[in-house]
Amino acid sequence: MEGTKIKIAVLSGKGGTGKTLVAVNLAAIAKNSVYIDCDVEEPNGHLFFKPEQLKRHDISVKIPVVDEKLCTGCRSCVAFCKFNALAYINHKLMVFDEICHSCGGCSLFCPEKALSEREKVIGVVQNGKSEDVRVISGIMNVGETSGVPIIKEILKYANEYQDITVIDCPPGSACTVMESIKDADYCILVAEPTLFGVHNLNMVHDLVTLFNKPYGVVLNKCVQSENPAETYCTEKNINVLGKILFDNELGTINSNGLIAIRQSDKYFDVFNQLLHKVSEEVQHETVVNP
Amino acid sequence: MKQLLILSGKGGTGKTTMATAFIKLSSATAYADCDVDAPNLHLLMHQSAKAIESDYFGMPKAEINSQICVQCDLCRENCRFDAINFDDGYHVDPFVCEGCGVCEELCPVGAVSLKPEKAGDLMLYKEDVVFSRAQLKMGSGTSGMLVTEVKKSMKSAAEDAEFAIIDGSPGIGCPVIASLSGVDMVLIVAEPSISGIRDMERIIETARKFQARIAVCTNKFDTNIEIAESIEAFCKKNNLPFVGRVPFDLEAVEAINKGNSIIDSDSTSGFATRVVYKRTMELLSK
Repeated sequence: MEGTKIKIAVLSGKGGTGKTLVAVNLAAIAKNSVYIDCDVEEPNGHLFFKPEQLKRHDISVKIPVVDEKLCTGCRSCVAFCKFNALAYINHKLMVFDEICHSCGGCSLFCPEKALSEREKVIGVVQNGKSEDVRVISGIMNVGETSGVPIIKEILKYANEYQDITVIDCPPGSACTVMESIKDADYCILVAEPTLFGVHNLNMVHDLVTLFNKPYGVVLNKCVQSENPAETYCTEKNINVLGKILFDNELGTINSNGLIAIRQSDKYFDVFNQLLHKVSEEVQHETVVNP
Repeated sequence: MKQLLILSGKGGTGKTTMATAFIKLSSATAYADCDVDAPNLHLLMHQSAKAIESDYFGMPKAEINSQICVQCDLCRENCRFDAINFDDGYHVDPFVCEGCGVCEELCPVGAVSLKPEKAGDLMLYKEDVVFSRAQLKMGSGTSGMLVTEVKKSMKSAAEDAEFAIIDGSPGIGCPVIASLSGVDMVLIVAEPSISGIRDMERIIETARKFQARIAVCTNKFDTNIEIAESIEAFCKKNNLPFVGRVPFDLEAVEAINKGNSIIDSDSTSGFATRVVYKRTMELLSK
């Protein structure tokens, strides 16, 4: 993989399927990799990597502030705001920070120039190292509504480092996930062997198809009995990159916040194979769809 | 109507499994799935009748009429969401546009207009019981507003219901905050892992910010007993009622794959869930 620079996004329709397990271990096994945790609402990757030499910086958005001396109460800002983040009550303009989308319209269009903007911190970016893995996490402050500005910011790191970048996506298929896979070269969909698993896999499958991304599936927590997610993959002719068996040893390693490939030779092999498989797929893609 | 919301901070902890069991045990006549992004409750709560479907319109999206556009670039320069691109002309990326209307307002020739866009489907089942759910369109934002709609349609369809159960959405953001509003109590389902504790702490902090009453239970508690115990210790220290532990149970997975609830058979997880249910309901009635 020397010299190739690829971005792999790991996603699943839902949390708890093993996205972070796959993303963390893939990043840990690849040399000179970057791990980016885009699940800014519940970032967990750093709990495994325990990165050192941490650098932190705040992420803020712009929120309007009113100069009461200049405001004439014309309400044009209130009328303009599509998000109802402004209200004129008792001869005073009120700003509801939480629902403001920071579009800047109110201050742009205030006829009296009574509105300006201030920075409001909504979260933090944490950048550190765990062995040779660069670990980037975005952590949204509790009580904030949207982590999209944080995701945008942390994805910039994907272009700054060499070789492999693994993006641990937020759950679901909403705007935050799209933001995370937009620039990915390859998507890994992680699926659980349950009825829920199939339903959720179906959704992210639609999403990667919509975005025309090359992808493959990792079946996680596989047990002896029937695997509805595997049946789905066979029916839809979806490439299965690997199967991770349900295993108490892995469960314990994982629940204790440890990285499987650093603890167990068995899992070193499992994820090494997965990495090779993905690399082959990406190289194949660049030949077929350059 | 008393409302119990089930949350976990993260998906996969067993919110829906718990919600299904609670709905069956309480014979609730009203329930809703607030995970509009990846709803699962309907997979276990089978409905014989067809849902009444309605379109959900989120924020409108900007559209640029290239016939009128004079390519002044004002819209692109001022779009905070980088939703406007220029190639052979100006185009709006509907996935990124938040419908704020800055471009429309700025355009000197009136080439930009906001057009309503369907952002999801609302589904309401209304037979003996009321079940409200929704599906957000792929890649749409505004999930919080859709969650509010789901709850609203449940409430108005089941005005007389005394009790409702709401399966929450994962995370701590907009949809969760929307699902929190107006509920009487939140049951948090926590998983005994380092990640699980962190997720639990963040969801508790969020719920507290919105002044919700909280109870906590653990699911799959025996997958890491040490951490499960520290979750209980955390609850004790923070004065949060702990309502029980549900063990990991392969029978539960099998039950769910058959489309059943874990309380439908005599499983260890089913039994433990009954205990959690009883204690939660006692707290709720206080």
